[in-house]
Amino acid sequence: MEVDVMKKVPVREQDAKERATNFEEVCLGYNEEEAMAEASRCLNCKNAQCMKGCPVSIDIPAFIQKVKEGEFEAAYQIISKSSALPAVCGRVCPQESQCEGKCIRGIKGEPVSIGKLERFVADWAMKNGIKPQPATEKKGKKVAVIGSGPAGLTCAGDLAKMGYDVTIFEALHEAGGVLVYGIPEFRLPKTRVVAKEIENVKSLGVKIETNVVIGKSTTIDELMEKEGFSAVFIGSGAGLPKFMGIPGEQANGVFSANEYLTRSNLMKAFDENSATPIMRAKKAVIVGGGNVAMDAARTALRLGAETHIVYRRSEEELPARVEEVHHAKEEGIIFDLLTNPVEILQDENGWVSGVKCIRMELGEPDESGRRRPVEVPGSEFVIDCDCVIMSLGTSPNPLISSTTEGLDINKRKCIIAEEEKGQTTKNGVFAGGDAVTGAATVVLAMGAGKAGAKGIDEFLSR
Amino acid sequence: MYKIVKAMELASSIVYFDVEAPRVAASCLPGQFVIVRMDADSERIPLTICDYDREKGTVTIVIQTIGAGTMKMKQLKEGDAFHDFVGPLGKPSEFCSEDLATLKEKKIIFVAGGLGTAPVYPQVKWLHKQGVQADVIIGAKTKDLLILEEEMKAVAGEVFPTTDDGSYGRAGMVTNTLKDLVEKEGKHYDVCVAIGPMIMMKFVCLTTKELGIPTIVSMNPIMVDGTGMCGACRLTVDGEVKFACVDGPEFDGHKVDFDQAMKRMTIYKTAEGRALLKAQEGDTHHGGCGNCEG
Ligand SMILES: Cc1cc2nc3c(=O)[nH]c(=O)nc-3n(C[C@H](O)[C@H](O)[C@H](O)COP(=O)(O)OP(=O)(O)OC[C@H]3O[C@@H](n4cnc5c(N)ncnc54)[C@H](O)[C@@H]3O)c2cc1C
Ligand code: FES
Repeated sequence: MEVDVMKKVPVREQDAKERATNFEEVCLGYNEEEAMAEASRCLNCKNAQCMKGCPVSIDIPAFIQKVKEGEFEAAYQIISKSSALPAVCGRVCPQESQCEGKCIRGIKGEPVSIGKLERFVADWAMKNGIKPQPATEKKGKKVAVIGSGPAGLTCAGDLAKMGYDVTIFEALHEAGGVLVYGIPEFRLPKTRVVAKEIENVKSLGVKIETNVVIGKSTTIDELMEKEGFSAVFIGSGAGLPKFMGIPGEQANGVFSANEYLTRSNLMKAFDENSATPIMRAKKAVIVGGGNVAMDAARTALRLGAETHIVYRRSEEELPARVEEVHHAKEEGIIFDLLTNPVEILQDENGWVSGVKCIRMELGEPDESGRRRPVEVPGSEFVIDCDCVIMSLGTSPNPLISSTTEGLDINKRKCIIAEEEKGQTTKNGVFAGGDAVTGAATVVLAMGAGKAGAKGIDEFLSR
Repeated sequence: MYKIVKAMELASSIVYFDVEAPRVAASCLPGQFVIVRMDADSERIPLTICDYDREKGTVTIVIQTIGAGTMKMKQLKEGDAFHDFVGPLGKPSEFCSEDLATLKEKKIIFVAGGLGTAPVYPQVKWLHKQGVQADVIIGAKTKDLLILEEEMKAVAGEVFPTTDDGSYGRAGMVTNTLKDLVEKEGKHYDVCVAIGPMIMMKFVCLTTKELGIPTIVSMNPIMVDGTGMCGACRLTVDGEVKFACVDGPEFDGHKVDFDQAMKRMTIYKTAEGRALLKAQEGDTHHGGCGNCEG
C-alpha cells in the first residue's frame, strides 16, 4: 500500500446520503493493511509529545510500533495498561486537541491518525477475544463505585486489577452512562462496542448492580457503615439538563437533548418496534453547538426531519469535535450560526409551530477567551418548525451531594475533589469525571477515574 | 430480576403485585414512586408505591393495564419477575417530615380517584400508624372499578365511596361529595390531598380553592429516567419550572398549571390512546386527550 507521509491514510466511511437515513456506524475504521500503513507514518519520537496530550498517558509510540510490526495483541496489551475503554476512546476522543494536536508529524503535514489506530487495535482485540489481565492477588477490601460511565468503569477496572472487590451502583437499567444513553449508535455502536468494553471490565471481577439510585435507594453513609465498603468513588456524571427560560419552552415538541437522545439510544426508540416512543419531527431546530447538539441533530435527521442547528456564536467557536461538525454538514444539517432563540411559538393546542430567533454578532472576548455574542437589535425572525431540542449543557445532579453528610460542592454544583487523587471533603470518599468538572469529555472522565483508583489504593494501603 | 410474590386482579384491568425489591422496601416512604420495566425491551413506566413491607423486602404496586406498555402486565403471575424495578424516586409526602404534634391537630381529607386510590392508601396507613385518622373520598366511574375500599376502611377515619353512575355509595363526582361534606354535613378540613387523573385533580383544586382548603396533588406526567436527567416530566408550578420526578411528585395543587400539564400528557398519544383517555374519564373528561378543546 502506498503512503503519502504528509497525509493520513484515509479511513473508509459510509456514504453521507446513505447514512443520513440509517443508524449504522458512520466511520468504518481501518483494516490491518491500512492500519499498518498509517502506523508507518509515526516518527517514534523519543520525547513523545502525543503522550503528553493524552489524559490517560497511553504509551502511544510503543503501541503504534507494534501495529507497524503487525503485533496487534501486543499493541492491545500496551493500550490496556492505561485505558479500560480503548474502542470507545478511539471513536469519541477529541484527538485533534489532544494526542494528534501535539503530533510532530502534524507540524508540516497531517498528524498520525492515533485515534483511528487505537480504535483498530481495540476492535481487533475484541474480534479475537483478547481480554485484559485480571488480578492474581486479592486485597480483601470492598470498594463501591457510583455510576457506570467512563469515570466509574475506569476506576472500577483499575481497582479490580489491583485486587480490590469492586461493586458499581448504577441508577439506570443499563451500565455505560453517557456511552449508552447519550452518544448515538451511529457514532458508538452499543452492542458491538460499548457492551463488549463493559464485559471486559466485568471480566476483571467487577460487579455491576443496576437500578440503584444512590441518595434514594441507599446512601453513601449506609454503603460504608452497613454494607462494609471501605471506600467510595463517585462518578455520577453531569446529567441535569438546562433549559433557556424563554417563553414557550413547555410546549409539546420541546425536548432536552438528554430526553431525545435517551429515548433514541437507551430505549432504542429509533427502531420502529421499540416500546418507547420518540417524536419524528418534520423540521427540527437544535439549540447549541457541542457534541450533544451534533448528536441530537444527526439523530433527528435520521428520524426524517429537516434539521437546523441554531448556535449563538460562529463556526470557529463550535465546541463539538471537528469530525462531528464535518459529518453533520455532509449529511445535510443546516447551520444557522450567530443566531439565538428568544421565544418558542406554539399553536392553539400547545404544539411547537416555530422559533423566534435574533441575529448575533461577536463582541469583546469573555472570561473563556471566546468573543462574547451580542444581539443585533431589531433582527428577529422566525424559523418554522415542529420540534425544538435544547442542548445547552448539563450540570451535576444534586441527589448524591444533598444526601451525603460532609460532601462539599462548589457554586456550580460540582463535587469538590482534588485532581491528583480525587479526594473529596469526606474521608474515604473520592470523585471524578463530569460530577467534578461539569460536562467534559470521555477521556478526561477516564483520567479522573484512574486518579481516583490511585487515591483509593493509597487510602486503603495506609 | 425482581420477583412477583403475590399477584391479583383488583378490578377489571386493575392488577396488584407484591414485588421483591429489598433496597426499595428498606428506604421508601409514602408519596414516592418506582419505575419498572417488564422485559429487557420494555418502556420505563413510573408507578406510585402502594404499600411496602420492610421485613419481607417487598413493595406493592397497582397497575391499570390500559396502555400498550401496561397491557402485557396483565399476564404476569406469582413467580414471574419484572426485569427492572428502581426506586424509591421522588420526595416523600410532606407530612412524613412534619412535626407529629402539629400533624395530629390537623383534619385531613384524601380525595382518591380511580387508580389514585392505590397511592392514597400508604399515606392513610402511615398516618394511621402515627395515630392520625384521615377521611377518604374514593371515587370511581362505577362500582366494579372501586378498589381498596376494605383496606382503606381499616386505616382511615371515615370513607366516602362515590361513583359517577351512582351504582355504589354517593352518586356523582368526588368534587360534589367534598362540597357536600364541607357545606352541608358540617365537616371541617385543614388539608386536602388529591390523587387521581389530572382532570380530577384540577377540579378538586378548583373546589378546594373555593372552600379555602390548602391542597396537595400528586402529579404523574410523562417520565423517562425519573432521576432529573431528561426534563420530560417538567411542569409549571407557581410560574416556575419543576421536574416532577425530583421536585415532586407532590405539589401545592393551587399553584400547578394543570392545563399545560394536561396538554403535555398528549405528546405521545396516538389516536387510540386519546380515545382510551376519553373513555376512561367518561363524563368528567374535559381535555387532555388532544382531540377535544380542553
Ligand atoms: C450526547 C453526548 C455526546 C458526547 N460526545 C462526546 C464525545 O464525542 N467525546 C467526548 O470525549 N465526550 C463526549 N461527551 C461527554 C462525555 O460523554 C462525558 O464527559 C463522560 O461520559 C463523563 O463520564 P462520567 O463517567 O463522569 O459520567 P457519565 O457518563 O454521565 O456517567 C454517570 C453515570 O452515573 C449514573 N448516576 C448518576 N447519579 C447516580 C446516582 N445517584 N446513583 C447511581 N448512579 C448514578 C448515571 O446514570 C450515569 O450512568 C458527550 C456527552 C453527551 C451527553
Ligand atoms: S423523568 Fe426525566 S427528569 Fe423527570
